[in-house]
Amino acid sequence: MTISEVDLGPLWLTLRLAGVTVIVLLIIGTPLAWWLAHTRSRARTVVEAIVAMPLVLPPTVLGFYLLVLLGPHGWIGSASQAVTGSALSFTFTGLVIASALYSLPFVVQPLHGAFESIGRKPLEAAWSLRASKLDTFLTIASPMASRGYLTAIVLGFAHTLGEFGVVLMVGGNIPGRTKVLSIAIYDHVEVLEYTQAHVLSAGLLVFSFLVLLMVYTINRRLPIHVS
Amino acid sequence: MFLRVQTFALMFFFYVCLTTAAAEEVRVAVAANFLSTLNEIITNFPADMGHTIVVSSGSSGKLYAQIKNGAPFDVLFSADAERPQQLEKEGLAVKGSRFVYSVGRLTLWSSDSNMVHGDAQRVLSDGHFDHLAIANPKTAPYGRAAEQTLKKMGLWESLKDRIVQGENIGQAFQFVYSKNAQLGFVALSQALDPKTNGSGSRWDVPTSFHDSLEQEAVLLMRGKNNAGAKAFLNYVKGDKSKAIIERFGYGLP
Repeated sequence: MTISEVDLGPLWLTLRLAGVTVIVLLIIGTPLAWWLAHTRSRARTVVEAIVAMPLVLPPTVLGFYLLVLLGPHGWIGSASQAVTGSALSFTFTGLVIASALYSLPFVVQPLHGAFESIGRKPLEAAWSLRASKLDTFLTIASPMASRGYLTAIVLGFAHTLGEFGVVLMVGGNIPGRTKVLSIAIYDHVEVLEYTQAHVLSAGLLVFSFLVLLMVYTINRRLPIHVS
Repeated sequence: MFLRVQTFALMFFFYVCLTTAAAEEVRVAVAANFLSTLNEIITNFPADMGHTIVVSSGSSGKLYAQIKNGAPFDVLFSADAERPQQLEKEGLAVKGSRFVYSVGRLTLWSSDSNMVHGDAQRVLSDGHFDHLAIANPKTAPYGRAAEQTLKKMGLWESLKDRIVQGENIGQAFQFVYSKNAQLGFVALSQALDPKTNGSGSRWDVPTSFHDSLEQEAVLLMRGKNNAGAKAFLNYVKGDKSKAIIERFGYGLP
């Protein structure tokens, strides 16, 4: 058994899933984190708690609710069925939704922290020079939050790679669509294909270490210029 | 001082005598498909012997791997015959203790009562469904039987990308029960389960369509001297248990 005999399909699928999930989360997470950092609304505490929930909930809770919601009789699944003709359980799109929920705090929290640490002063300075809000965000806030963005991207990506329980419950183990790396490893162990399990597991182990090493290294070196 | 050591030794001796002679704890590992049937058998297992039965369930593949790695089970009720044989060969099960306790039946089931009617071949090839749930053919005997059945019907290739796999037959059933999959190959025992109230529609797969689903039980090395484990295995072989096993949708050897 050599490395070339190990099926790498699940690896590409997993990388694609993690990539798409991070993009989706940046689109949702940026305005959400911005709002959390600047609002004075009382709802803030509630929203913060909701965002953090995937950190403490067992994946089986998410998996169970998603299975009910994404299926043809759940309200998300039936809406999707009305529009696209198919429900979302056992689909790649379904996994993206599941992963986005599962990794939400890993993207929103670093962004929230970064936006908060910028404070209002630089923004008010820009506004007083008649910069528009969007302009201020793009040219002042987001470069200053680059460290937060990097952490968010890397952690969101890595956490999605490590997803298992949710996918096991809503994925259906379909090669090329929902059979991700962690499921493939589980299957290999089940049928005593330890060599394949070792190759994939060791790969994930090294990758995760390198990713985290990168985050900590860059976090130490990357300067942020807060005046 | 000497007296105290002696007293302790004596007490220890009595303690050992008591625990071996009387009630014992029996740890039973059971394949997911047989769990509810086994629970029913346990309910009927005479309490006067005082043995307690502790049940763990999972896919046969997982239980096998756990036993190989030292899991503390006394008895295994597998969903196949191969793994008990394998355990016996590897010296992890007591030689000569293996026996077939039930023969599984595969059924094509839908929770929709109009879905499976008449010609099952047509129901499957018409394709009025998005997903067909089966158990993982690599790890679960019912999954392999489903694969063999579909191949026998000449539908494996055409339905391949609509098949969703449960980690074990329990999850495959759950996919159909929750209507995430419209159809599924499940164990007849599950379709007959009181929880489904006999709802839905089904087609029982002829046993000639797949390898026999003989399910074997075996006494594991850890339970070699466990009187409770032996008593329980004997009870499963008895008429009362056999009646329960049949009532739950299994064939008998």
